[in-house]
Formats: sequence, structure tokens, C-alpha cells
Amino acid sequence: MVTPFVRHRGKAVALPRRDVDTDQIIPKQFLKGVDRTGFGPSLFFDWRADPNFELNRPDAQGASILLTGPNFGCGSSREHAVWALAEYGFRVIIAPSFADIFLSNCYRNGVLPVQLRAADVEVLIGRAPCEIVADLEQLVISDDQGFSARFSADAYGRELLLRGLDEIGRTLLEEPSIAAYERSHA
Amino acid sequence: MKTLFDRVWEAHVVRELADGVALLYVDLHLIHEVTSPQAFAGLRREKRTVRRPELTLATVDHNVPTGDRSLPIADAIAARQVDALSSNAREFGIELFDLDSPEQGIVHVIGPELGATQPGMLIVCGDSHTATHGAFGAFALGIGTSEVEHVLATQCIVLKKPRNLEARITGRRAPGVSAKDLILALIGKIGTAGASGHVIEYTGDAVRALSMEERMTVCNMSIEAGARAGMIAPDEVTFAYLKGRQRAPAGVAWTSAVERWRTLGSDSGASYDTQVTLDASRVGPQVTWGTTPGMVADITDRIPDPAKLPTEDERQAAKRALEYMGLKPGTPLAGIPIDRVFLGSCTNARIEDLRAAATVVRGRHVASRVRAMVVPGSQRVKAQAEQEGLDRVFRDAGFEWRNAGCSMCLGMNADVLGAGERCAATSNRNFEGRQGRGGRTHLMSPVMAAAAAIEGRLVDVRGW
Repeated sequence: MVTPFVRHRGKAVALPRRDVDTDQIIPKQFLKGVDRTGFGPSLFFDWRADPNFELNRPDAQGASILLTGPNFGCGSSREHAVWALAEYGFRVIIAPSFADIFLSNCYRNGVLPVQLRAADVEVLIGRAPCEIVADLEQLVISDDQGFSARFSADAYGRELLLRGLDEIGRTLLEEPSIAAYERSHA
Repeated sequence: MKTLFDRVWEAHVVRELADGVALLYVDLHLIHEVTSPQAFAGLRREKRTVRRPELTLATVDHNVPTGDRSLPIADAIAARQVDALSSNAREFGIELFDLDSPEQGIVHVIGPELGATQPGMLIVCGDSHTATHGAFGAFALGIGTSEVEHVLATQCIVLKKPRNLEARITGRRAPGVSAKDLILALIGKIGTAGASGHVIEYTGDAVRALSMEERMTVCNMSIEAGARAGMIAPDEVTFAYLKGRQRAPAGVAWTSAVERWRTLGSDSGASYDTQVTLDASRVGPQVTWGTTPGMVADITDRIPDPAKLPTEDERQAAKRALEYMGLKPGTPLAGIPIDRVFLGSCTNARIEDLRAAATVVRGRHVASRVRAMVVPGSQRVKAQAEQEGLDRVFRDAGFEWRNAGCSMCLGMNADVLGAGERCAATSNRNFEGRQGRGGRTHLMSPVMAAAAAIEGRLVDVRGW
């Protein structure tokens, strides 16, 4: 069962890079596990070896919101990338755009992907680290310094997040439709 | 007026949910050892079953060794994952092509090879290169592990209908220019997010002229342009490839299947949300110079100067990429020395790829300081190549001849680059560390990689 996501207030940190691929988020050597846990410590493994890497800075500790560049989460479909981000403590990712499979993996793991205009993301990156509020019910990102921007969210993904739904249980309620489809295509 | 994608989508709608979101029925679910164990664990925890095990096919490919298969897997953690798939397949009644199977191979190579991949199907797999199967006019997409679990339990997937992008490729390819060059050139043109939120349909006479295996290479890399899937309308080339394959329909069923498949193509005048074009006659052999597949240039070009790129984040990304790659702006691509060559992956390790590379290699020898390997896409491709004597050609030239798997495309097994090693690769991703931490990847076609192996540096195969 996924933790529902309604509203989150937390510290935002900036990773101002475009095309951050899932190989960077969680390198392949950590994909050999058979569980959904244990990936947090390996988040951005190669980059974290650099003491100057954004997430290694003292003021980046305890962050739960990631501000980043366009096409975040591109490449491999590995859901491990979202598991690693969530386990590390990220509940919200704000970027000008996301890769499609990554988006759908976020919705299923209680992580909110927020797409904002590049100019808005830049403003927030300029202020980071800073406190931000992500409100999925109102579809608004705001901070204490007067920043406020609306975002749109995929209706289905939003519902999964808001209610922390068991998606499979929900689809199994469609059994009559599924069985009818199978009969007509047998 | 409908497109190929519209038709395949509509044929799979079980129920429209809301806002363009639909519950869709899956015809073929391919699974492998890396993205499935957590899905099976979820089923077990919730006491759920696999709804249609007979529509599910499993193989081991991502982390398997490509060396001697008579030995146990040396990596204990990888072995546990392989064992997990085998016991999950047994418990839930799913057919598995395991390490000992003559049909084992990369999931996207064996689906088509078996004839399990067919036009008009909806195919999913917990792997982003599932787009490969779209070459047959299937809607085939990569999914995450939660969705794998969902498909196992319900045989359905919930999707918001993506937009449709037409990539029209026209004109005649010059000799030495392959399908890989077309797709790399297209990604270079539209960017790594150029097709985000879209399904690409590849059209045009240059696409019609491609063989089935070349079409797979093109569709395979759709994800590298950000697309959910890539598709090509089925035609005589498709039918000729499928006819007689193990899992393809036979007899009367074949005739009616082909009749149905012929009606799948887009209506002339059907509209797309987005359109792009590419003139194949102007495409030369492509080589990537950076750390995304969109950082690509013609082999006759020089490494671009990041300072001249239009936006700040592109300049930063290119600067970072060149630092990682150990390259300087203005350096001609041809002539860059390499250490390793990888001929393999779901993009370019089918029999035609090996034949093409063998033509370049025959009678020559790999440069002295280069380590080169051929990793066939499947054990069947390997057996076919051996029957044709291609293994001898590669071995005599100093290539390692290995067993099937994803291997050094993603370096989950022992086949990895060392830090700083530069590799000419026929795979699909040149991300930082993709082939091994600190490794530097240049993506290219099989003939280009073969020529690079012989010369020990990046070289224009057209000069051969």
C-alpha cells in the first residue's frame, strides 16, 4: 500500500542538470536485488563520490523536494530509480519535463512529479535550498517568499497519489469488463 | 481517418476510464529477471495469481554471464535473481527460456524470432527497449515493475493515450549507411525528449525499404527520443519474416491473420499530432560524442564547441559530457582512438548485424591494443552465425565470441568497461557509467564498430 500524497512541505534542493537518466539515479550494479527496499543509500551513487555533488552539501541534508532540469528520469524503465529517490527521502520532484515511464513509476510509489515552466523552476533553483509546499489537492507549488505556481497533473496519476490506491485491487473490480473483452476476442 | 496507432489502441480498450485514460488488454507480456522479482513478491503477498500465464514469456538476459555456460554463475546476487525468475515461472506456470535453453536470448530478440511478436498486438515488458516490437506494427511499450505486477494480475494496463508523431524518412541511403544511422540522426535532430508523450510511427519510402531486422533497430531506439513506443505499419516484408515461425499462425489461421494485418496501416490523410521528416540520402554514418544519444554527429564532423550551443543548460550539459568523455571541442571524430568494441544488444545483435560486421572484419585483424567482443542477441542468432561460419571470421580476427545476453550494453554482468576506457558500441545508450563506471561509450552501427575494431580508432566505414 502506497502512502497517500495530499500536501507536502519540505526542504527543496537543486540539481540543475538536464536529461538526468535513471542509470545516474540508480546504477545497474544495484539492480540485482529482489526486494523493493535498500536502494536509498545508492541514489546517484557515482555522482555522490564527488564531494562537491549537490546532494553532498551540508545544507542539502534532509531535503525532500528535488528541483531539476528537463527530461528528468529518461532512459531505462527501472522503477528502482523511484524506489531509490523515495527511500532517500524525496517526495516531490519539480522539473520542466519528465520521461514518460518515470512519471508513471512515480504515481505508483507515492512520489509527486511536478511539471513547471522552465522559468519557474529556475526561480526556485535560484532560491534553493529553501522550504517549498507542494499541494496536490490544489495543484499549487508555493514558498514563503511569495512564489506560487499552478501545475497540472494527469488525472489518473493524481488520484493514485491522493488516495494511495491499490491499483491492482481497483482494476480487479473491472473483472466483468475484462472477462467480456476476453470472450469477444477468444 | 485513423492512424496505425489509433487502430491498435482502439482494438485493446477494455474500458474507457476518464480523461483519455483507458484500461487496455495486453496480448503478450515479456518478463526478465531484473524487473520482475518484486512484482511476483507483490502477487504472493496479496495472494493473487497470474491471470493469463500462457500470454506471458520469460527469459534471462540482463545480468547473465556470456562466458562459459557450463559453469555456475559466479556472481551470487545475480544468480539469486536468475533463480528467483525460474522459481516464479514454475510457481505461476509461465514458460521460461533459461540459461540452458537454445532459445534463450535478449527478450526483444527472441520475441520476434519465435514469431510471438505479431502485428496489431499490445506488448509490454519491464524494459524500455520494448519499443523494438513496434517494427511489426504492434504497440509495444516499456513499463515499470508495479505495472508488471498489474499486468501479471489483470492482463491489463492503465494508460493515458499518448499523442502520435509521424517520422517520415525518405530518400535512398548511401552505401555504408545503416538503419542505426537513420535513428541516431533522427534523435540528433529532434532531441532526447523530442518525442516525449508520443508514439512514433515511422513512415516513408526509406522505412519501407528497410528489412525487418533494420526496422527493429529503428523502433528499438524510439525511447532514446523520449517516445512511449515506435511503430511501423506491417507489409509484405513483415509477413515474409513471420511466415513459418514457431509461434506465428499457420494454415488457414495464417491467411486470415495476414488479411487482418493488412488493414492496420494508417489511412492516407490520417493526421498526426506532430510530424518530423528526415532525408535518408543526406545521412552519413553517425557516432555519438557525448553522454546522451542526442549528442551525435556525422563521422566526418568535429566535436562541437559547447559554447556555441543555443541554451545555457545545453552548454552546461555538453561541457560536462566532454569532460566525462575526455574529449576537446574541434577534434575530428574520425581518428579518436578506442580501447574496446562491443558488438551486441537488442539494438544491433541480430543475424543481419553480425553478417554486416563480418563483411568488414573478414580477413583482417583487430588492432593490437583493442579488446573486441561479439555478443549475439540470442542463442539462435549465435547458432545461425556459427552455421554460416561467422564465428570463425570474428575469432580469426581476434574478437571474443560469446553467449547471448544484454552484456556490456548495460554492464550488469562481468562484461564492463574500466574507468577511462573508450568503447565503440552498437548498443543504445552512452550515458555516464552505462557500460561501466568511468567508461566512455560511442554509439554507432555494426559496420562502423567493426571498422573501428580493426583500425583501433573511429573511422568512416565508407572509406573501406
